Amino acid sequence: MTKIFEIPLYPYERSEDQDQTTPARRKVVVIGAGPVGLAAAIDLAQQGIEVVVLDDNDRVSFGSRAICFAKRPLEILDRLGCGQKMVDKGVEWDVGKVFFDTREVYKFELLAEKGHRRPAFINLQQYYLEQFLVERVRDLQVEGAMIEIRGRNKVSAIGTHPDHVTLEIDTPEGSYNLEADWLIACDGATSPTRSMLGLDFVGRVFEDNFLIADVVMEADFPSERWFWFDPPFNKGQSALLHKQPDNVWRIDLQLGWDIDKEKEKRPENVIPRLKAMLGDDVDFELEWVSIYTFQCRRMEKFRYGRVLFAGDSAHQVSPFGARGANSGLQDTDNLIWKLKLVLDGNAPESLLDSYDVERIHGAEENIMNSTRSTDFITPKSEISRIMRDAVLDLSEQYDFARPLVNSGRLSVPCTYDGSPLNSADALDGPARSRPGSPCPDVALGDGFLLDQLGIGFTLLTIDADAPESIEEDGITVTRLALSVKDDPTMALKERYLGDNDSAVYLIRPDQHVAARRPSYDDHLMRAAIRRATGKE
Amino acid sequence: MSDLILTPNLAKPDDFYAGWLAAHDGLTKAESDALNARLILVLANHIGDNAVLADAVEAARLTGDAP
Repeated sequence: MTKIFEIPLYPYERSEDQDQTTPARRKVVVIGAGPVGLAAAIDLAQQGIEVVVLDDNDRVSFGSRAICFAKRPLEILDRLGCGQKMVDKGVEWDVGKVFFDTREVYKFELLAEKGHRRPAFINLQQYYLEQFLVERVRDLQVEGAMIEIRGRNKVSAIGTHPDHVTLEIDTPEGSYNLEADWLIACDGATSPTRSMLGLDFVGRVFEDNFLIADVVMEADFPSERWFWFDPPFNKGQSALLHKQPDNVWRIDLQLGWDIDKEKEKRPENVIPRLKAMLGDDVDFELEWVSIYTFQCRRMEKFRYGRVLFAGDSAHQVSPFGARGANSGLQDTDNLIWKLKLVLDGNAPESLLDSYDVERIHGAEENIMNSTRSTDFITPKSEISRIMRDAVLDLSEQYDFARPLVNSGRLSVPCTYDGSPLNSADALDGPARSRPGSPCPDVALGDGFLLDQLGIGFTLLTIDADAPESIEEDGITVTRLALSVKDDPTMALKERYLGDNDSAVYLIRPDQHVAARRPSYDDHLMRAAIRRATGKE
Repeated sequence: MSDLILTPNLAKPDDFYAGWLAAHDGLTKAESDALNARLILVLANHIGDNAVLADAVEAARLTGDAP
């Protein structure tokens, strides 16, 4: 059977831009057709902005790579028209088991809070996400959106100017030049864009190697996440087993630092390791094997004039906690509405500096969490191993030690506390919906709150009066009026009101709260809108 | 503000010390290290206050031979 990652989904085609005597100028060019680049492009195209995606390849990524998609990115993908496909295809899981040496030390259940459209996590191979995103691009093209993916278009030089970027692009038919008002670099951890611009990428290198394998097998392991510390089949190291769709199982085995990578990757060396883990009697087929090392690092800034970095090109984390693709999707979610306002002349260019502030905050949080997980999983000193083992030993018998076990803190969205776009919190309400927070979802009748938030700014009123629509210096804010009386689950009250009888929330296009008050005040709300759009 | 107690607070200090020492009887160095590590974690959980624990770490760090 031909696998999806073997088919060119966006084969090279000659573009009219290659026949111009003076370079064509495009509004936005995205480098990289991975999950982050495609999400950025779809978001732009959905809002009517012309975008060209350049990729040096012509197909989705090989191997499962990012496999764990968290609730917030699924909500973002809902807005991009791919959320349902992800959930339909993905594997939901809510049970995890932790093993230490030869023992199962404990089992946990992710108890999902009710009233959310999307589950806490699904497992799905990255190539499916990329496929769904490419399909979405094709649908948008049919609808007439100005979005293009150019396969086998490799950017070989970049020139930066105050109001545009110039690109030299190599193709199978020679090179051509292109100009862009804005460039978004989503070209991954080894970002050629970053190198071409001579930009830094500093942080901590972890001296370890991990073997990842996608294994196809008919096995009766349940849909659970199994994590081993120091198992007999991989002494002194760790291992992870996770289920993906199509009977594909993802296995991560820590190998240590001093190894011969090429040798370890050979099937004759991989297969005995897997047999030791899965048992001799399990039949399996190797679909993909890779060895990776990782670093926790970020760029000093994500915006350099007209060049914006998103995803792994801007920040890299260890894989523990699924914070790579998940955070990249939150980058573009944060960036695109701001770029749209700037392109339309409805916000100053400086609004984009808040992308830096907010997403660097997110990257720092992810780097901190994934570094801590790495330090727990791969202790770097004798005393750190002694403490780690003490936690695991205690966890078998005592509940209290289980929260200390860190096999990856699963990705949750970051709250942009201290963002320059936030207005001071004027509601003594729930902490989880304070300014800067992503809106918590709530089940409302047959639907969900997040699905009712539009692509622009929303004024969410709960048992409060307000105008149906506000215009402030080019920004339109549309009211969504709700009442706690319509929510028998009381989740709306619990998540948005607390002890208050009413509340008014200003919600950004990326579904983060910009301001909240107990009641509508025209003067203060207009100030909050200006603040949320970089105008004060 | 920390509530870390650094004045005498054990009703029977010799009893505590003897009990702790007895728990290490016959253990190898590795087993003793592991026991002490588990003990730190049990006590830390009992205290439960990050500010007090941070001050405790600091109080321990600033005594003995530590730089």
